[in-house]
Formats: sequence, structure tokens, C-alpha cells
Amino acid sequence: MKWMTFISMVWASVAQANTKTSFMPPAATEIAGQVDNLYAFLLWASLIACVILIGGMIFFAMKYRRKSANDKTAYITHNTFLEFLWSFIPLVIFLFVFGWGWYIYHQMRAMPKEALEVHVYGKQWAWEFVYKSGKASTNEFVVPVNTPVKLIMTSKDVLHSFYIPSMRIKQDVVPGKYSALWFESEKLGDFHVFCTEFCGAAHSLMLGRMKVVSQADYEAWLQENDEGLTLVQRGAKLHNDKGCVACHSVDGSVKVGPTWKGIWGATHQFVDGGSALVDEAYIRESILEPNKHIVKGYPAAMPSYQGQLTEEQLNAMIEYIKTLK
Amino acid sequence: MGSAAGKNYINEFAGLKSWFTSLDHKRIAILYMISVLTFFLVGGIMALLIRAELFSPGGQFLTGDSYNQVLTYHGAIMVFMVIIPGIPAIFGNFFLPLHIGAKDVAFPRLNLASWYVFMFGAALAVSTMFTSKIDTGWTFYTPYSIKTGTAVVTMVLAAFVMGMSSILTGLNFIVTTHKLRAPGMTMGRIPLFVWAIYSTAILQVLATPILGITLLLLAAERIFGVGIFDPALGGDPVLFQHFFWFYSHPAVYIMILPAMGIISELITTYSKKTIFGYTAIAYSSIGIAAVSFFVWGHHMYVSGQSEVAGVIFSFLTMLVGVPTAIKMFNWLATLYKGSITFDSPMLYALGFMFLFAIGGVTGIMLATLGLDVHFHDTYFVVAHFHYVMVGGTLMALVGAFYYWWPKMFGKMFSETYARLSFVFIFVGFNVTFFPQFVLGAMGMPRRYFDYIAPYESLNKISTVGSWLIGIGFFIVLFNLIHSLLKGAKAPDNPWGSKTLEWTVQSPPTHHNFDHDPVVTAGPYEYR
Amino acid sequence: MSTDNHVTTAGKHHHAHHFKDAWHEFISAKEGIWLFMVTEILMFGGLFVGYFIYHMKYPEMFAEGASFLDWRMGAFNTFVLIGSSLTMALGIHYIQVGKNKAASWALITTLACGAIFMVVKYFEYTHKIHLGLLPGKFFAYPEAVSQNLAMYFGFYFCMTGLHGTHVLIGMALITWVLIRNMRGEFDSHYFTPVEGVGIFWHIVDLIWIFLFPLLYLVG
Repeated sequence: MKWMTFISMVWASVAQANTKTSFMPPAATEIAGQVDNLYAFLLWASLIACVILIGGMIFFAMKYRRKSANDKTAYITHNTFLEFLWSFIPLVIFLFVFGWGWYIYHQMRAMPKEALEVHVYGKQWAWEFVYKSGKASTNEFVVPVNTPVKLIMTSKDVLHSFYIPSMRIKQDVVPGKYSALWFESEKLGDFHVFCTEFCGAAHSLMLGRMKVVSQADYEAWLQENDEGLTLVQRGAKLHNDKGCVACHSVDGSVKVGPTWKGIWGATHQFVDGGSALVDEAYIRESILEPNKHIVKGYPAAMPSYQGQLTEEQLNAMIEYIKTLK
Repeated sequence: MGSAAGKNYINEFAGLKSWFTSLDHKRIAILYMISVLTFFLVGGIMALLIRAELFSPGGQFLTGDSYNQVLTYHGAIMVFMVIIPGIPAIFGNFFLPLHIGAKDVAFPRLNLASWYVFMFGAALAVSTMFTSKIDTGWTFYTPYSIKTGTAVVTMVLAAFVMGMSSILTGLNFIVTTHKLRAPGMTMGRIPLFVWAIYSTAILQVLATPILGITLLLLAAERIFGVGIFDPALGGDPVLFQHFFWFYSHPAVYIMILPAMGIISELITTYSKKTIFGYTAIAYSSIGIAAVSFFVWGHHMYVSGQSEVAGVIFSFLTMLVGVPTAIKMFNWLATLYKGSITFDSPMLYALGFMFLFAIGGVTGIMLATLGLDVHFHDTYFVVAHFHYVMVGGTLMALVGAFYYWWPKMFGKMFSETYARLSFVFIFVGFNVTFFPQFVLGAMGMPRRYFDYIAPYESLNKISTVGSWLIGIGFFIVLFNLIHSLLKGAKAPDNPWGSKTLEWTVQSPPTHHNFDHDPVVTAGPYEYR
Repeated sequence: MSTDNHVTTAGKHHHAHHFKDAWHEFISAKEGIWLFMVTEILMFGGLFVGYFIYHMKYPEMFAEGASFLDWRMGAFNTFVLIGSSLTMALGIHYIQVGKNKAASWALITTLACGAIFMVVKYFEYTHKIHLGLLPGKFFAYPEAVSQNLAMYFGFYFCMTGLHGTHVLIGMALITWVLIRNMRGEFDSHYFTPVEGVGIFWHIVDLIWIFLFPLLYLVG
């Protein structure tokens, strides 16, 4: 497919100006740039097609508008040559676009042999990342710049889809299966990670943050740990890392579950009519057995964190909640 | 049996019972019309709720859960209860026999039964709103649909039942088209609306059974845990998507083909000119129907299907684009040297061409492998299918209402309000959905209850647009009801059309034709 | 409205007003029934596709599942159904030649075959239920070798259950045409419902002919 590369390059120079106005997020990989070129081509081709169809329609409608009630119209049943043209030309264009799309898709699907491999788990409603060193993080995805990164992904519950708009990549994350993605970012910076497969109440809050950093910063990040943090700081970190943030805000805004702001010492009303004071015991129960008591006005959506948090981490969470006034 | 003066299918029999037991295809069409319009109102209110919630980021008046429910009902009602039955069951029922010179459809009792089956399914679907609701999205993707605590079983059975109704309607229309054409009405002389309904009927009969078995398996999955779609039991959730789209992609053409048929009728009538390329348009309907069975995988480029599968599906999808382009160009050529008026149905037809052109070219973008990876499941897709389904099918539906209303009820409507409604719907539609293309390009995923700050302004514009569409549809409703009450008496052929339904009185008699018609020429002989 | 009907052919049946004559009505009805049969075959087709996919994925598990099925019972049922198709065809033939009484006996035999089929099915089902060989979460057979043997029985019960439902519907339809035949509503000019029910019965039979080897014999 050498010729494809050639055409892409020629077009790239033509399309350079367009990509800024095409509303795509800034492209961070070489393939993303190719996608944008194809997109720019299609935008122009579409524009021309619409001008022909819509413009032609308006032109004819104006030119041949009825002048009198007994206008004579031309009796034209068909024109084989014209019909051939407007079947054949679109076909050629469509097939050209098909080939171009395939060429890009093929590069997206061809996994590099030497790549930094990261395991990704989708779960309701957070992204978990596990690195070779054993380092694990939630919703925070740190990768070095100019390095091919391969994601090996699976889901712990329902379908999710891993999507980084700036990389122009997306892949469904399926329970019971591995799927893979790769990219090589040329840019430093922060990028959004979205879930694009409907996965329940907090689907739209399943947001990850990808940080592309220098190799040195990446190494340093891998070494980071919780030592030296206060209990409250650890709690704040857990709020993010364990995915609590998807459903529980700390600023009073309404998400899937109750906000944590000001709940310490408050009284929660339950759907079964009971109520409880929010204290250490109640928070512990809410985390480990979330569906034992359901707070009025909220769905029974929270999974249990039994076995996923140490005693120290539970205490850190409680101390953190105490500070949210 | 000549009709006594003033007798027609509406006043020939009196009483509600005569409506609910009527075997007359025209009365059954009216039954469908009332039910479909009611569901459209419900689905439309859901759409307004969705847009209102998305006016600003964060929760406004819905929660994540209730938003997902509203979204699911909007999708399920609009797809299964409005757009799929819409044109075939209302206008197909009413005008297919009239178009081919028949006294009724082939199986009138089955026709009435289809309506009852449809209403039973619809009632089941609506009943879930008052129980545990449903929040899976209209696509019922596994394993979420296996795990969620909502009324999935009732809802899939409802969809199954409505599917059965769709099959029965489809087979009725196929046999009607094959067997009941008037003398001289060869397949080369049937109006293009009939070709469209006929192609649609083939799709209904051949694709819906697969949806049926898929939904039954999903119900079995929830009741017994058979494990076919459940990864926890060794099953494959992606298989559900293959099964589901094997029906639901042809279903997309079940939704749009009848609309294309209507556009062919409107454009010839209001250009007073014979259709350009009758054969090409007729065969392109069949072509679309045939190829549409083999393109379902273009919904699944990022689902984990193999690269080869993606390539094949992308290629075939491009092929579907060709007959669609043929239709667009043929309509354009029909306008050439015509005598064009801008009566309201024609405005809707031209509006259809405008919106469908945009829907079509964005469809090509989505069919393109490398590009769809970015667009898949974003607002770009939402915008695209609304341009096709609403901009296409609903525009044609409203156009058809205005076009055939005088024939159906014998009353004229206010042309001023009809044009006003067009302006609101057309402008409102573009204001609502064009920004969604941009949102999609920016990367905003669909089915999002909440979104990040950069998406806010475009969402606000989109919400304002939805109000304009709402106003537009209320004007249509007002106009048609006003016409029923106060409208002037309609002549037999107010538009100067050439197809057979305009040769009989408005509204038609119970038996349609006083004398069996004999056909000697094609349907659009404007000479 | 009596004007809806024209009497053009001999016999008691009046064809509906939108058909030219009784023959026109008959061939239209027949086409409708065949189209409906196409949808039936496609619906079962979906199940067959699912069966093939998982059979390829888990051949050992399917072999183990099939080993619990008694092929003799399946074969017996196959013969019963094929026989019933023959009597059904005979029934239609007798009506066409005006032997309504013989036709009734043929239909009764067909019904009896359907009933025998369902009784055998009942014994097969109770045996499976007794062993705990049930679909999905009801599976309770302790000595299963394959981990997901429950799925085989998911397919088994879905496929035979859906087929069995069709046999029951078919029997109800045969009873209906039988009663109408005994009332003398059919003759050599009008037998559309019997013909339609017959086509339905043959298709149900045909589907079993595919189910039998797939479930009982493929190991």
C-alpha cells in the first residue's frame, strides 16, 4: 500500500489548514494525524456533494417553479448515461474512501512488537491500570512520551469501551475476553479517557485522565507510593483511585450517590423507613455492605468493597470524610 | 354496488365498535395513526426531557438512573412504536391497496389482528414504565441487560410481540402486492411508494424473526441463565450484538425505505413531471433491501470483531451508499424542467432531500473504518441517525400527512400553518442536531448524562433547537385537528396527482373503487 | 354486508370481496402461509447459528451433553413425526377428493402422533429434570465433566422447548380444522385452512428432522 502512503502525504499538506477548524481534539499521535487527513478529505468531499445535491435542488426549484397552472413539463423518463455516471462516480469515491479507511484501520490494529504493556480493567464505574512493576492506579493513566504503549484490556462486569479522543482510538472492553489497543503519543500533556459503551448509572462519570510525561517523570511516577502522606491525604487519594469519585462528589454536587460534603454527623434517611447517624460505623458499613441500607432518593447501585480495602485505608477514608464540611 | 351519495369509509358504519372490529384497511390505518401519534407524543416528550437535562453539565432534574430510563424509553418507543410501524402501517395500509387498484389488503382479518398484536406489545412496553422500568438503552446489550435490575424480560417480550405484528403486516403487504394488482397494473407500473413498501415488507419478513429469537434468548438468559450471551457462563456477549444488528440494521432500512417512497410521490406530484429513472429507483429499493442484510457488522468495528470482518462490512456498507445516491440524483433530475410548486408537502420533500444529503454523507464517514473508530458511539453517530431517521423518515411522514390528509379525511388544512410548521421543524431540527456532529467530532460519547465543560455551549444550542422542533410538531397537530373540525371540503384530486387513489372520491368509499380500475400506463404520466 | 361476497364456484364457502375468485383467494392464502413459514425457519435458524458457534467452541462439552440423550427416543419421535406428516398429507388429499370422513380419521391420526411425540418428550424432560440436567442456574448435576455443561442444556431446552410449543400450536390448529371438517365446512373447492395447517405441520416436522441429529447424534 505504498501509494496510499503517498496519497496521504500529498493530502496532508493540502489538509493542514483544515484540521484546525474541523473541531477534532488536538491530535497526539501520528495515526491521529492520518485520521484527521482522511476526515478533512471527507469533509471537503461531503461539502461538494452537498453543494451539488442541495444547491442543485434549490437551483432547480427556483428556476422551474410553477409559472402558470397549465405549465407543460418535459417528459424525461431516464437517461442511461447520466444514471451510469451518478452510480459509477460515487462508487469509485466510496471505494477510494473505503481503501483509505482500511489503510488507517490496519495500522491501528497492527500491534507493535516492542511496546510498554499496561493491563486495563473496566469496571462500573472506573478504569484500573496495572503496570508491569506492579504499580496500580485508578482513573490515572501515566505513560511516557514517544513510546509505543499497548493496552491489554478486559472488563470486570459489563461492556465498557476505552476511548481517548486525542489519540483517535477506541476499543470495546468485554468481560471474559481480552481486547487490545495501542498508541504512541508524540505530545506531552493531559488527555481525557472516556467510556463509550453504555454501562449504567454512572456511565458518563467513568472518566479517566491520561498523562503523557517524559521518560524520567514516568520512572519517578512508578516509584511513587503513599509513604509520607497524612491519613487525610491518603483518604483523598483513595477517593479518586478506588473510583469513588464517579458517584460521590466532595463539593456538594449531585452524582449517582450522595455527596460526601457535609455528611459527617448528618442523619441519613433510608428507603425502608429507618435512619442512621453518619459516623465511623456507618461509613464502614456503607463501604463494605453498601446495599444493606439504601439512602432515600438514590439507587442501590454501589458494588461492595469487601476485601478491596485494608483497615488502614478504611480509616484513611473516614478521616478524609470528616474533613469535608 | 355503487355508493350512495355522501357515503364513505368513515360514515358508512357508526359507533366505536365498528372501528375496533373493522376489516377495512383504511379504518385500520386510522387506528394505527391514532396509536402511533400517541406514542410519538410520549417519545417526543422523552426527547425534550433528555435535551432539557443536557442543557447544563451535571444533574438538573434527573439522576443518572432516571436519565438512562428516559433515554431507553425515548429510543425504544421511537424505534419500535413510531418509526418502524409509522409509514407502512399508516400510509402503507391506507394507500397500498388504493395504489394498486385493490379493494383491500390480501388478509383483512390478519391486518386487524396485527393492530391488536401491536397494541398488546405496546401496552406491555408501556406497562414497564409503571413497574421497575428499563435502563438498558433500546439495544439491550448484554451483559448489562442480564445484570440490571430493571424490567428487561417484559420489555423484550413487548418488542418480540411488536415484531410479530410487523411480520404479519409485512407478509400481508407482500401478498397484496403480488396478487391483488388491478388488471394492467404490472410491477413496472406500480407507484414507487408501493415499491418502497414492498421492499420494506420483504425486510420485515426476513429480518424480524432473527430479532424474535434473539430477544427470546435474552429473556431465557435472564430467567434461566442459559449462558449463551453471558461471559460468566462461557457465553459471548458480542454474539448478542451480531444477532441484534442482523435484524436492527435492516430495520434501519425498514424505517427509511417507505420515506423514500413517499418522497418519490411528492416530488413528481409537485413538479408535475414524470419520475426520472423509475426502474432505477424501484430496483435501488430492492438493492438496498438485499445488501442491508450483510452490513450489520459496521455497528461493531470496535466491538472486538476481527479486522477481516470489519473490512468486509465496511466494503459492503459502501455498496449500500450507491443505490441511495442513485435515488438522490434521480429526484434531483425529476425537478429538472418541472413545474414546481411549494405546497407544504413539497417543502417537506425538499427538506427531506436537504437533511438526507447530510445524513448520507455523514453515513459514508461512519462507514469508513479508520474514521469510525473515532466517531463510534459519540454524538456524531447520534446526529447522523437523527438526520436520517428524523430528518428523513419524520419529514416524509409529516409531508405524507399533509399530502394525503385531504384524501383520508376529505378536509383541507391551513396551508399557512403547514408552512409555518415546516419552518419550525426544519430550522429547529438543524439547530438541534448539527451541533451534535461537532460534539461528536470533539469526542463527546453518546448516552452521557453528564459531560465535561467544553461541550456545554453546543449542548445549550442543541437544547434550544429541540424546543423549536417541539413547537413545530404542535403546530402540525393543531393544524390537522383544526382541519378535521373546521377544514374546507377537499376535492377528489387537490394536487393534480396521477396515481389511482386520486381518481376516487375523498374520502374513499368502503370498497375503494366503484368500478374496478383497468390500468393502461405508468403511475406518473404527466404529459 | 352480503354484497361483499360473490358466489362464483360451487360449494358453501364464499370468497372475500377483494379476490376475483376462490382460486385467487386460495393461492394468495397459500403464499401468505409460505411467507410465514419462512419467518419460522429463520427464527429457528437463529438458534441453529448459536448452536453451531458454541459447538465449534466447546465440542467436548456438547459431546458430553449429547451423551445424556437417548437417541432411541429421539429416533422414535422422528418416525412418529414423519408418520404424522404423511397422515396430514393424506387428510388434505381425502378432502380434495371429497372423502371428508376419511380425512377426519387422517387428522385424528395426525393428532395422536403429535400427542405421542409430546408424551415421549415429557418422559425425556422428567428424566433430565430428575438428574438435575437443567439450563443455567438450575443446573444441579454433580458429576459433570465439562464446566459449562449447563449451556448444552440451555440449548437443548430452548430448541426442543420452542419446537414443542410449535407442536402444541400445530395440534391446536389441527383440532380446529378437524372440527370444521366434521361440520362439513370443507369440500374439494375450499380447503385452504387444512392446506395451511398442513404446511405448518410439515415445517414443524422438518425442523425436528434438523434438531434430532444436532442434539442426539452429533457427539
